[in-house]
Amino acid sequence: MNSANYLYLSALLFTIGAVGVVIRRNAIVVFMCVELMLNAANLTFVTFSRINGNLDGQIVAFFTMVVAACEVVVGLAIIVTIYRSRRSASVDDANLLKR
Amino acid sequence: MVFNSPTLSYSLLSPILIILAGALIGVLIEAFVGKAVRPIAQLSVALGSLVLALIQVIRIRDFTSTAAAIGSVVIDGPGILFQGAILVIAIISIFLIADQDNFTSSPAALPGSDEERQAAQSGTVLTEIYPLTLFAVSGMLLFPIASDLITLFVALEVLSLPLYLMAGLSRHRRLASQEAALKYFLLGAFSSAFFLFGSAYLYGYAGTVSFAGIHAAVIGGTGNDVILLLGIAFVAIGLLFKVGAVPFHAWSPDVYQGSPTPITGFMAAATKVAAFGAMLRLFYTVLAEAQWQWRPFFMVIAIITMIFGSLVAISQRDVKRMLAYSSIAHAGFLLTGVIALNKAGLEASIYYLFAYGVATVGAFGIVTLVRDSSGEVSDLNRWAGLGKRSPWVASAFAFFLLAFAGIPLTSGFIGKFAIFSAAYESGATAVVIVGVLSSAIAAFFYIRVIVLMFFTDATEDGTSVVIPSILTRLTIFISLAITVALGVFPSPLLDFIKPLAIFIR
Repeated sequence: MNSANYLYLSALLFTIGAVGVVIRRNAIVVFMCVELMLNAANLTFVTFSRINGNLDGQIVAFFTMVVAACEVVVGLAIIVTIYRSRRSASVDDANLLKR
Repeated sequence: MVFNSPTLSYSLLSPILIILAGALIGVLIEAFVGKAVRPIAQLSVALGSLVLALIQVIRIRDFTSTAAAIGSVVIDGPGILFQGAILVIAIISIFLIADQDNFTSSPAALPGSDEERQAAQSGTVLTEIYPLTLFAVSGMLLFPIASDLITLFVALEVLSLPLYLMAGLSRHRRLASQEAALKYFLLGAFSSAFFLFGSAYLYGYAGTVSFAGIHAAVIGGTGNDVILLLGIAFVAIGLLFKVGAVPFHAWSPDVYQGSPTPITGFMAAATKVAAFGAMLRLFYTVLAEAQWQWRPFFMVIAIITMIFGSLVAISQRDVKRMLAYSSIAHAGFLLTGVIALNKAGLEASIYYLFAYGVATVGAFGIVTLVRDSSGEVSDLNRWAGLGKRSPWVASAFAFFLLAFAGIPLTSGFIGKFAIFSAAYESGATAVVIVGVLSSAIAAFFYIRVIVLMFFTDATEDGTSVVIPSILTRLTIFISLAITVALGVFPSPLLDFIKPLAIFIR
């Protein structure tokens, strides 16, 4: 199968994630969209790893997973704190600043 | 199968290792040391490791090596200078961070709950902030010396993740602070995803993640240019987000305003040094031969960043937001240094970053002092007449503002002059003209604040300047001294930078 198709797929996933970050309102969903973008980048790395015929890209994918896990810890901590104090995880409700 | 054990030159990596060790000791102190001695123990460990790392940086300043960590980092003059600048800024800010008035005593408690009140009454202080600061500093030290895409990405996250948490720890206006943390986190993660996606394309183009390999592929020019362009664009977006360039600046005013002020100062100054350090290395060494792909894009970004930052800052009524927009404008000025793409541009950028970073920490240090009964007063209208009530504080703030504006005899003037002349040499005349014009616009709103402080009658609404604690005083004095010294005698630092400011590949 043509490897380029995986690049199209990952670009599509990345775009879906990016659009999701911009239009979705729930912080958790926004965060999941970011994770989707990271995984799209991972897929790109792995595909290029196959195209280039070396393993560097696959190693990067492992690093990305670890980093994404750390990000989940920090991110969910922040989102849970916000939810506990506001009873809402909507990014639109968070509008105290700018005044 | 044979495994070769990696060789690490520990002495060259020691600044980062010292900071990481300090951070880990900080975590242990958090777990095992009693409440009463914890603040002083944490402060000594943090300060000690920062100073030790700075000494180590000075000791290794003449070494260059691409093999310090099996090709993952490169130790060279600019890297050492960026590390030194970050450490100096961190040392100045740690005193401000140590002033515990600014942080909530129990970040996990609900705002306004009994639990929070009890924690505040029992005199609990937040000491987790020190290890978090050190972790952030370790990422910042690694970021400008990283020489492959994996290290660059990991360093980016190591510097960002603690900062996201630190943004949410303010004592006053806790909801706003948590909101700042949420916005910083979501947009920061968003930009890291762009950065990672761009790295994937750079890897796809070059077939390797090492900077040397990518550079060789760029020179060879046999790869697919579309993939290279995509890679450069997405990586640039990720980095421009971190420095807050327009149109990727949306997070910075909110985060600057909502975060605890010491953290705002530290983040504004040190993150800028680290991010511009990495950006300069990437675009001066790895992608220099592909300049036709990125320089026009960067020129447009620099121009709109400078104009937008300066114009929007005029209409701000909040001092922290005003400083945020001013930092956006400064990101634009610094991008001129990236565009210059010559040795003078590199020297000027390093000088500018250091001078701007120190002045920023000092300015935010002063913002922590102006308070009323419910906390900091950042509304500019209530700063009116400050110069009559507390002339020293107001004068110091005025001096920092003049440095931001780039008035002669301040550090900002030398920085701006050097950076614009370097860009002019490289032929980016349009950018320089816009830069000078927007500096003039920016000078207007800085001077407006000075007029407000000194020549406007005070309103009687309980705004007062608290007597600074010894720690805050240290921050302000050191940054003021450095800003004055760099303005009056810039040549020692410029001469120090000159022989060191050569990237090796």
